[in-house]
Amino acid sequence: MTPLAGFLLVAALLFSIGLAGALTRRNAILVLIGIELMLNAANLNLIAFWRYGPHPEALTGMMFAIFSIAVAAAEAAVGLGLVIHLHRHAHTTDLDAMNRMRG
Amino acid sequence: MSIAFYLIAALTLAGGLAAVLLKNTVHCALALTVAFAGQALLFLDLDAQFAGFAQILVYIGAVAILVVFAILLTKGSETPKGSVYSRHSFAGLVIAAAVFAMLGWAVIHSVAAVPRGPAATPSVTVLDIGNALMSRYVLPLEIVALLLTAALIGAVIIAMHEKERAK
Amino acid sequence: MTERLDQIFVLLEQWLVGFLPGAWRPAAGVVLSVVTIICLFPALFALTTVFERKGLARIQNRIGPNRVGWLGILQPVADGIKSLTKEDIVPLSADAAVHFLAPLLLVVAVFMGFAVLPMGRNMVLVDVDAGLLFFFAIGASTELSVFMAGWSSRNKYSLLGAMRAVAQMISYEVPLLMSSVAVVMITGSLSLTKIVAAQNHYTWGLPHWYIFTPWGLAGFLMYAIAATAETNRSPFDLPEGESELVAGYHTEYSGFKFALFFLGEYLAMFSISGLGTTLFLGGWSAPLQVLGWVPSWIWFFSKLMLSIFVFIWLRGTLPRLRQDQLMNFAWKFVLPLTLLNLLVAAAWRFLGDGWERWVVCSAVLLMAYVGMGWSGMRRGHFGPRRYRYAE
Repeated sequence: MTPLAGFLLVAALLFSIGLAGALTRRNAILVLIGIELMLNAANLNLIAFWRYGPHPEALTGMMFAIFSIAVAAAEAAVGLGLVIHLHRHAHTTDLDAMNRMRG
Repeated sequence: MSIAFYLIAALTLAGGLAAVLLKNTVHCALALTVAFAGQALLFLDLDAQFAGFAQILVYIGAVAILVVFAILLTKGSETPKGSVYSRHSFAGLVIAAAVFAMLGWAVIHSVAAVPRGPAATPSVTVLDIGNALMSRYVLPLEIVALLLTAALIGAVIIAMHEKERAK
Repeated sequence: MTERLDQIFVLLEQWLVGFLPGAWRPAAGVVLSVVTIICLFPALFALTTVFERKGLARIQNRIGPNRVGWLGILQPVADGIKSLTKEDIVPLSADAAVHFLAPLLLVVAVFMGFAVLPMGRNMVLVDVDAGLLFFFAIGASTELSVFMAGWSSRNKYSLLGAMRAVAQMISYEVPLLMSSVAVVMITGSLSLTKIVAAQNHYTWGLPHWYIFTPWGLAGFLMYAIAATAETNRSPFDLPEGESELVAGYHTEYSGFKFALFFLGEYLAMFSISGLGTTLFLGGWSAPLQVLGWVPSWIWFFSKLMLSIFVFIWLRGTLPRLRQDQLMNFAWKFVLPLTLLNLLVAAAWRFLGDGWERWVVCSAVLLMAYVGMGWSGMRRGHFGPRRYRYAE
């Protein structure tokens, strides 16, 4: 197995772990934790392809990963702000209890 | 595929698993931090030093603390009554397993487009990154700046206490 | 002769490593340097505790420890024996794993910060290309250990202290980074060795340290304020406010773990002062060209101890800031000034090499400081007090 395939498998496993977490947990914050794991897996993919692909001096993969880190931070901030607002409204973060569009 | 890669990958995956499996939400957040640290070490293993240090600074220094604050502000640190998994968790597991199977199959059965020998270490300095950010990637840089400003203002407005309606 | 004295530690390391076979030499060199750092800085910490207690005592018109050894100089030995032999109490309801890991994470993170500081000519442990970024990244990890300590104790006072400390450290992290970015902009590199090398030039015998420029002085002052807040030192020590929160986030720690927190706090002070001297005070370069014969590591450590002395002086002199005052100060005063400092540093670079740039830059910074001070010191409107409760 080439080094690239090793990194890609690790990234795929991390992605599916994050996906499983986002789909199976009740707490809204744990869904966000799963999303962060998925974003990390994607970043790992980007950097692995940058390193083992042609033209690493063009820095495309590294730039993409850096911008992805910045955007993920912004998305985490807004997402957690939403969770806090939701908690203020529904007095719970249990997603199974929020199965109605209104109220 | 050095021993360091296996150890760091095991650490990252263990952190990720712990982050989605543990019952106590704060423990999940701390396991997530371990996963972030493992990810930063993987970046360093891939000779992407700037990305690795940026990962530590942004993810561990900011996102992890943000998650922890949100857990505390939403009273998530109490142990939950009942199960921590939702009613439809089996379907979620099946979907995640299917995604992993598909991705794993794609990785293992793909052939490199151009067969290459072992890749040389790219020498990327911060100077190169700075030059690239200011010449070729200046538009994404400005858009990310705008995005971060919008996210900052938006997050503050969403999480702000609403003013009292009645006196 | 003076060059050999200057490089004595490097030569010593090469001599010691020369006893080993060739393949082991790089690793052995690194291990030797790491062991030196691990032994040196805690020894300096011990010296600083005596320094601090005697210094604070003299400022407060008393004597300080004077029983153990001549002038109390062996007091750290007594303190060390005490903290090592005290019983390690862990509260029954505390989260044992997190409670144990918090001081470890703090000390490990702080020790890692010393790896990129250039302590003398050719005396840096790892010359990373993005050294400054590494330092700040590791410093950001210490906030998590503070939170872990406060939360795992299951104690309201600890949690309150931890939340205050984390909020304070996050708020002052931005001015800390932004005041360093001005230095990076002018030097053109994130590598700490290059930053010191850029300041190691002399004009008419006086050095080119960044603190002697208008933007450098403003940057240094803001860096010093942010550094005091980052290490939770007075006047920003509300998180461990002894008169209010018992001991803040390390209330429930005793014995060796408390000593580790104490060690971590002082080592953080050392490393952040070391970074400040590297960025603004010229690192290991001598103040006057005629004094260049004194070894470089003596200059670095003298500047470090001078910064520590200023920290102790501030602690003894200034009253504590309230939490909302310190957050206001960070976001509404220091942060806009650091952004303005970036503009002024850029103007400094592009205004050419004469007296005009001194006048323009100093005038802009002074007007901004005075203007913001006036607008901040205006009396707020008085009226019925508004209470804001926690939700």
